Amino acid sequence: MQKILVGIKRVIDYNVRVRVKPDGSGVVTDGVKMSINPFDEIALEEALRIKERGEASEVVVASIGVSATQQQLRTALAMGADRAILVKEEDAVSPLTAAHVFLKLIEKEKADLVILGKQAIDDDNNQTGQMLAALWARPQATFASNVALADGKATVTREVDGGLEVIEVDLPAVITTDLRLNEPRYVKLPDIMKAKRKPLEETSTEELGVARTGGVEAIKYEPPEARSRGVMVEDVDGLVQALKDRGLF
Amino acid sequence: MSKILVIAEHDSKTLNASTAKCVSCAGTFSGLEIDVAVFSTNGESLCTEAAKLQGIRKVLRVDAPVNGDPLAAVLAPQVAELAGEYTHVLGPSTTFGKDLMPRVAALLGVNQVSDIMEVLGNHEFRRPIYAGNAVLTVKADDNRKLVATVRTASYKACDTTGEASTESVSPQCEIPTHTRYVELKAQASDRPDLQTASRVVSGGRALGSAESFELIYDFADSIGAGVGASRAAVDAGYVPNDMQVGQTGKIIAPDIYFAFGISGAIQHLTGIKDAGTIVAVNKDAEAPIFEVADIGIVGDLFEVIPALKAKLAT
Repeated sequence: MQKILVGIKRVIDYNVRVRVKPDGSGVVTDGVKMSINPFDEIALEEALRIKERGEASEVVVASIGVSATQQQLRTALAMGADRAILVKEEDAVSPLTAAHVFLKLIEKEKADLVILGKQAIDDDNNQTGQMLAALWARPQATFASNVALADGKATVTREVDGGLEVIEVDLPAVITTDLRLNEPRYVKLPDIMKAKRKPLEETSTEELGVARTGGVEAIKYEPPEARSRGVMVEDVDGLVQALKDRGLF
Repeated sequence: MSKILVIAEHDSKTLNASTAKCVSCAGTFSGLEIDVAVFSTNGESLCTEAAKLQGIRKVLRVDAPVNGDPLAAVLAPQVAELAGEYTHVLGPSTTFGKDLMPRVAALLGVNQVSDIMEVLGNHEFRRPIYAGNAVLTVKADDNRKLVATVRTASYKACDTTGEASTESVSPQCEIPTHTRYVELKAQASDRPDLQTASRVVSGGRALGSAESFELIYDFADSIGAGVGASRAAVDAGYVPNDMQVGQTGKIIAPDIYFAFGISGAIQHLTGIKDAGTIVAVNKDAEAPIFEVADIGIVGDLFEVIPALKAKLAT
């Protein structure tokens, strides 16, 4: 196999406690740490391991986002990606638009395998990989916890509600990652220096000839309804009594 | 006239509870007819079961040799074909629906509304984002077909006293052969299913080992409960991942939830906030789990569980 395309998204770091703006127009992002979406980091790690096993020759990482997304792409290059592509966009794009952008990138790069995170931890949509596979008319192996490549096929173990499901797909294909697929490597300082010399190409949805698809508009952001604090009981007798008072036992 | 198509989830033998929950959600739209599609190799008994879902008009029986396994690549073109005469297509926000529905949406050329937790109008919904740390209201274009997944923990299963008719249909479309089902490695268990159990007992890192987790299984069995775990317990290797409760695992809504030795990381709380009553037992009085627990007790789970089991048994 020649080339793996990995998609990453710049999101609020998973350690940040997200707060909704008082006017409901979004969440607070000023001065907030931004990172690579954790599932995408796993996607990149998997691609790098495949390349290191000699089963692919190049790993290209791409992202759709604002100029500052360069930071996350540089991190991806430091992790080991060979090249990066930034599709510049000031506004958030819908999953279907993102899928159309990646389809263009696949055609341009002639990718044999695409690995994406199963969802971004900001909008939690969990759509782009499946949509890309549909538009590309190729297989999808979502929520992967194990990937084995051989003879132009991928055998993928998927984390499903009922346990672990194994499917076999012909390549090229789209794989989306779940948490237990791997543990992404730490970036070392020399790699960060080296990454500065790696190519980072910029393009845009217009340049790629992709029309934006909307249709689902964000109206209002609210904090979640909080559960109120209940009662503390002293001992097991108190607990049993409280359960019985509620008619639960 | 608007019409909703609900895609049934099943294991070839019985319908998954997510189907009845999707029908409940569909029932909160206004002025719509609801049909349920059952894809399988021989859907006779599944369709008989589906026909009882309260509030639906008819069941679409889609039998085909290729429909034996839940493969999105195989089902999506058929769903997209059937979607022709519907205004809305709903599936559950389970791994089955999450895999399938976006592929359907893309074939229909629309974005999807993921994880509907509340229907505000036929094209306006509330859904959780940022792992449940925010709730977003979205408005979908009412001139386009709506494809959505339903957050099953937000809905109770509909009644099963209906008597809908069943109609066999065969959507005409090309089915790809590039995706093949190999197997499902399931954890064999006689316990109630975690996602549908009315009682759930979960253990966290404080259990300390896979052996100690027996205490959780034992208590759960004594009260007929399903068993879950925190991500920390899964990551520590005490239990398999399909037992994980939380944003990165299963989102559940039992009548009663016992959290033993679970500190209450935000991602875990996201998975249980629709539970009826949350009982938390933790050594640490400052554990965040107590902020959401209805009944809390500061104590050692290794002492509390045996005592609780004995007292509830009498």
